[in-house]
Amino acid sequence: MLNNRFFATLFKILILPLLAVPGSAFAEYGLNLPKGVTPISRDIYGLHMTIFWVCVGIAVIVFGVMIYSMIYHRKSKGAVASNFHESTTIELIWTAVPLAILIAIAVPATRVLIDLENTDKADMTVKITGYQWKWQYEYLDNGVSFFSNLSKKSRDGIKNAEIRNTDDHYLQDVDKRLVLPVNTRVRFLMTSNDVIHSWWVRELGVKQDANPGFINDSWAYIEEEGVYRGKCTELCGKDHGFMPVVVEVVSKENYAIWVDEQKAEIAAAAASGDREWSMDELMTRGQEVYSTNCAACHGTTGAGVPGAFPAMAGSAITTQPENLEAHIAIILNGQAGTAMQAFGKQLSDSDIAAVVTYERNAFGNNTGDITQPAQIKSAR
Amino acid sequence: MATTTTDIDADTHHDHEDHHHGPEPGLMRWVKTTNHKDIGYLYLWFAFGMLLIGGAMAMVIRAELFMPGLQFVEPQFFNQMTTMHGLIMVFGAIMPAFVGLANIQIPTMVGAPDMALPRMNNWSFWILPFAGAMLLSTMFMEGGGPAFGWTFYAPLSTTFAPDSTDYFIFAIHMLGFSSIMGAINIIATVMNMRASGMKLMDMPLFVWTWFITAFLLIAAMPVLAGAVTMMLTDRNFGTSFFDAAGGGDPVMFQHIFWFFGHPEVYIMILPAFGIVSQIIPTFARKPLFGYSSMVYATGSIAILSFVVWAHHMFLTGMPVAGQMYFMYATILISVPTGVKVFNWVSTMWRGSMSFEIPMMWAVAFVILFTIGGLSGLMLGIVPADIQYHDTYFVVAHFHYVLVSGALFSIIAGVYYWLPKWCGRMFNEKLATIHFWWAVISVNVLFFPMHFLGLAGMPRRIPDYGLQFADFNLIASLGGFAFGLSFLLLAYIVVDCIRNGKVVKEARVWESAKGLEWTLPTPAPYHTFNEEPSRELILKESSHTGDNH
Ligand code: HEC
Ligand code: HEM
Ligand SMILES: [Cu+2]
Ligand SMILES: [Cu+2]
Repeated sequence: MLNNRFFATLFKILILPLLAVPGSAFAEYGLNLPKGVTPISRDIYGLHMTIFWVCVGIAVIVFGVMIYSMIYHRKSKGAVASNFHESTTIELIWTAVPLAILIAIAVPATRVLIDLENTDKADMTVKITGYQWKWQYEYLDNGVSFFSNLSKKSRDGIKNAEIRNTDDHYLQDVDKRLVLPVNTRVRFLMTSNDVIHSWWVRELGVKQDANPGFINDSWAYIEEEGVYRGKCTELCGKDHGFMPVVVEVVSKENYAIWVDEQKAEIAAAAASGDREWSMDELMTRGQEVYSTNCAACHGTTGAGVPGAFPAMAGSAITTQPENLEAHIAIILNGQAGTAMQAFGKQLSDSDIAAVVTYERNAFGNNTGDITQPAQIKSAR
Repeated sequence: MATTTTDIDADTHHDHEDHHHGPEPGLMRWVKTTNHKDIGYLYLWFAFGMLLIGGAMAMVIRAELFMPGLQFVEPQFFNQMTTMHGLIMVFGAIMPAFVGLANIQIPTMVGAPDMALPRMNNWSFWILPFAGAMLLSTMFMEGGGPAFGWTFYAPLSTTFAPDSTDYFIFAIHMLGFSSIMGAINIIATVMNMRASGMKLMDMPLFVWTWFITAFLLIAAMPVLAGAVTMMLTDRNFGTSFFDAAGGGDPVMFQHIFWFFGHPEVYIMILPAFGIVSQIIPTFARKPLFGYSSMVYATGSIAILSFVVWAHHMFLTGMPVAGQMYFMYATILISVPTGVKVFNWVSTMWRGSMSFEIPMMWAVAFVILFTIGGLSGLMLGIVPADIQYHDTYFVVAHFHYVLVSGALFSIIAGVYYWLPKWCGRMFNEKLATIHFWWAVISVNVLFFPMHFLGLAGMPRRIPDYGLQFADFNLIASLGGFAFGLSFLLLAYIVVDCIRNGKVVKEARVWESAKGLEWTLPTPAPYHTFNEEPSRELILKESSHTGDNH
């Protein structure tokens, strides 16, 4: 056959990329794991590089022998086949040697594993809850709590190349970041409100499934201030690709200031429910609330997805006056056993009033109905 | 065992009396056939059809991922594509293709007239098109088809799934029936129809690996059936196996799934080991190195494959002791896998090699499968898996072992045995082009995925950040090229069957060993009507050195 010559060349080409991967020079091109900013992430990086080189070593030996024999033990070169086909000694050696190498890897791996599973003695705790398709962060030590959604710019960029190309962090940005203090042992508790999600930030060396009805934990001691980005990694439905994680690590002082700001904001939001809102105010706010919280399922135009998510445009519940109470109720309490979440604990009275008003007047529904925060308060 | 040839099914018995009785003319031949070769061909064509359908879905996936942003499909449809692609490739393409090869080859390799249970054989094939059609039909139902990944984790596949999921469950049940019947048939054939002069340790490795695979199938498929049945009752009859609100546990689903799923991946690779172990000795003109250790390695892989399942679940919140155990067990399983690779390399060592088309595929298999095995080793190290899990690194791993592993071995096997089946030689020039085209494009397609995974790209996403654009573009180009290579394969095979150069030699490849090469070419409709003698069996053994 004519290919004999090409074989050797091809296999060299195949192995070359393998050899090229690890150099830290490639790190900035995003070819490799980052070292990260926690002791654990650095340990993981070290392990990763060790096993990588072990694999390269094995590959070089195995492929080397193979290529040698493919070049020199060819019939066309007049090679005469020998007849050896058994050797218990050789078989024992190549069972024992790999086993020994693997045990040598397993030892440091076990050490890192024990370290990273030890979540005792945390300085603070953040509870992370996965929702379709956003994250909720609750700071159990100070009561701060909020949702983190895909940033508006990224969402707009999904179907618009112009916006996308000016977005420095396309699909990697959120409307509200998880803020953490530097040099603090943070414990994460993960759970989910609906399906399984998984919270991953590479630089922290944290990836952990968030299971509905169960709580998992993990931890990080972050040693450098900065912004670290991650993703949901467990398929969680339609918008699985659109629920990023952004962690901002700040100095302890700035963290304290941030916490105070958050508390003030929460108080202001609660107060906003105490007054009458105008139709315009409600519609503007309603559109914001709708596009962050509802559009993923019910669609920006309220058309929904037939068979999965009901339409808001022209549906009985959003247009018939007698259904107003039911409309408010389903938003507050959700519908158990479906993707429709209970927004009562996620949104303030004024936000829910705004989104109800919006749904009843947008998408050509034009009912003219106005819902005030006070109505939501009494419906709770 | 000599007696058993007399108590086989009446059909075959009748054939015994009429040696020249050929196939029934017309289409009904294929519907009613109980002939192992006919059924094998049906399996192979079905698998190829499914491969093209699943491949078309992969093209949709790669087109959408060609660049950032959503261009062609909506996320929900994208998820249906990844789900159906995985299900179709696993259950529709790879598994049926191996069963097809087993059907055609095993009787010819153990000196039997046919499979032990020919009528059941017919049935186990004819379930498949219905199961496949039902699975595909879900895509046209309201709410769309399954969109929860080929691993269909609860509760995304129960509480949050579209109505069509119940049809998906039924399709899985049917596929499982088919596989189990196929497996029973293979075990019965190997045990009862084997020529009396052939001891177990005389069997060719393809027969051995399939024999062991058949036991894996019988043990694993019912577990899958259990998992989907629990889903069914959770969805429709108010149980809460996987629903925490009712006292169930979604992670239990994963345990059950992977208790099936990990043996399943070995179901898809052990027969591949067998094929490659047939081809390499032929073209190295040297007996297989370490035949018995190959058999034992296969056996130990099969047993170990039932105790490593949770390496797919390291991040589900398993206790640290569990993580350690599954890490060690996973590391252990890579040892016998390594032994196989070393044996193939030693078989080549100091052989007298020539690189006919099947050999080229076999060599590509050994190299690329090894790359996949090494990345598997990396994945087995728990702390490292934290960073790899559910990223493109895993996607790269399992495509190296399944595409350039399992699928390449099937292609190798088809090129190896096709001339024997149809008595014609394929166009070797075209086949050479096909080989290089596929081998290069498959690497362009899957190698960059290692980098994507390490760079932070999760799997199963329809859109990604701009930093992943370059490698996705490369992978997509490789994907389109690789997809096209299958059209060339189809042409080569059809061209071979219709116009290929006629081959008359019984031993199509000069140095091939094995009972199948003692049959005339093309292989007669009915295989061994007379039992081959022990002398012949020993002479044709590819692993005793006596005749080389
Ligand atoms: C994760 C997907 C999802 C999100 C996000 C979501 N919904 Fe829903 N919604 C659903 C589903 C599914 C149903 C149907 C529930 C059922 O089967 O009863 C539904 C039902 C409804 C209904 C009742 C429709 C009818 O015809 O009965 C209203 C009103 C509604 N949602 C409003 C909202 C509002 C307002 C928001 C945002 C604050 C929102 N939804 C966010 C999935 C979602
Ligand atoms: C050397 C032996 C191997 C080892 C140590 C190994 C290890 C692993 C591990 C640890 C994972 C889980 C990765 C993760 O999800 O984080 C995995 C995934 C996978 N492996 Fe392997 N593997 C090996 C060989 C194989 C073979 C031979 C096949 C099939 C032919 C295979 C098919 C798969 C598949 C399909 C998945 C992904 C399943 C999914 O999540 O969809 N592996 N492997
Ligand atoms: Cu997700
Ligand atoms: Cu596995």
